[in-house]
Amino acid sequence: MIEAPPKEPRELNAPDGVRVELVSRGFTTPRGRVEALARMSLRADAHEVVAVVGPSGCGKTTLLELICGLQAPDAGTVRAAPAALMPQRDLLLPWLSAIDNAGLALRARGVGRDEARKVAAPWLERFGLERFEHTRPAELSGGMRQRVSFLRTLLAGKPVLALDEPFAALDAITRQEMQGWLAQVLASEPRTVILVTHDVEEAVMLADRVIVMSPRPGRTVAEIGVTLPKPRRRTDATVVELRERALTALGADA
Amino acid sequence: MRRMRGALRAVPAAILVLALIGVWELYVDLKGPTFSLILPSPHEVAKSLYHDRSLLWSSFLVTAQEVLLGILAAVVIGAFLSVVIHFSPTLRRATYPLIVASQAVPVAVFAPVLAFWLGFGILPKLVVVAIVSFFSIVVTATAGLDAVDPDLIKLMRTFDASRLTTFRHVELPSALPSVFAGAKIAVAVSVIGAVFAEYTGSNSGLGYVILVSEPQLLAARAVAATVILSLFAIALFALLALAERLALPWAYGPRGEHAA
Repeated sequence: MIEAPPKEPRELNAPDGVRVELVSRGFTTPRGRVEALARMSLRADAHEVVAVVGPSGCGKTTLLELICGLQAPDAGTVRAAPAALMPQRDLLLPWLSAIDNAGLALRARGVGRDEARKVAAPWLERFGLERFEHTRPAELSGGMRQRVSFLRTLLAGKPVLALDEPFAALDAITRQEMQGWLAQVLASEPRTVILVTHDVEEAVMLADRVIVMSPRPGRTVAEIGVTLPKPRRRTDATVVELRERALTALGADA
Repeated sequence: MRRMRGALRAVPAAILVLALIGVWELYVDLKGPTFSLILPSPHEVAKSLYHDRSLLWSSFLVTAQEVLLGILAAVVIGAFLSVVIHFSPTLRRATYPLIVASQAVPVAVFAPVLAFWLGFGILPKLVVVAIVSFFSIVVTATAGLDAVDPDLIKLMRTFDASRLTTFRHVELPSALPSVFAGAKIAVAVSVIGAVFAEYTGSNSGLGYVILVSEPQLLAARAVAATVILSLFAIALFALLALAERLALPWAYGPRGEHAA
């Protein structure tokens, strides 16, 4: 449905998947060296949703930037199909309407404005935003902005979506709605998804596997498979149990 | 209703101006007739505005042309320089000290040189106006370009956008409000620039009127010319604000926090 743009060939084992192997990455700051990731590994197969949870500052955003090719690891290997980022804040362009924001990725690779709108319009309708095509972000609700932001990432046409705490800024009720919405979208538009979140319940509700990271320097401390069929219910005994397991792994259950 | 509210908003400024004019009138009257050769009273200025209206009007047209073309040149040069500075850290380090230094050179020093090079026509005045007003545009536009969210640049990179595409779709529109802000600051200094440019080598314009009125003891005419300059600066400023609102409606909150 969406054509992947031509991109420089990238080393890749599993098509459309992500392999992060024993990756370390640090930064030099004015206060000294900070190790963000230390021998972190992660695997996502094609069309798998992998959630990454961890305490604040454990290098989750660094991990996504490595997967998107925005940074290179100091050690270890990152092999990933082309990935598009959905940043933590929606970062919609305030001067563009919803439809033009949604089509930004198309415009970025040289598609004309009318053509980009033609591609984006049916999606806005699918996402329940057809009445807001020409509305600027400042006049959209938080949930609508996240939907436009997600659509923008989806229309980039990349096999991998790197979602950086996509619903963290929303109120609790909208967040739950958006989680249900995202599960639906991914059911009909399967993609390989790396979902970074600090919300353990969100991870268990949406992911096929949950990776629990340690505090900085981040590495995998637990991997929890979620085989439950989707859509899932928050109150499902298995969901509750897996949530507890993930929280225990985080060391936050006490 | 809206127009009435707009008129009401002008009331405080009108009261303040009238009060200042009243104090000024009273002060000059108390000082006696000789003093009014140095500082004319408001009613003398008003008389000059009426009697010298044709001279003031034709002079205004000359100065207005210099200012408008000068600001236009300043915007073009300033925007170009800020893009160059934004893209090249080396050129930033190379040019910024010179750009700052250009503002420290008094107009009186370089205006004669410009007259020597470019003659006594409009061109040297235009250059002076451009030199004094491009600085604020360079500084604000560069700051605007630098202030673009780095995460937005990263996002564009994951969309395979070229550097130029990112500039066109993200950085340039983000910086436009800053360019307007710079142009608004430039308006006030550009008028002063035009006056000083006319002090050196000209026979027309409001600056020239001020220059020749003082030795002829026509202080009222000089102040009248100044009044017109001030009104012109206010009008330009308001025009720019209006243009900004029309061109960049998104920069003004939809909930009306900036609404007039």
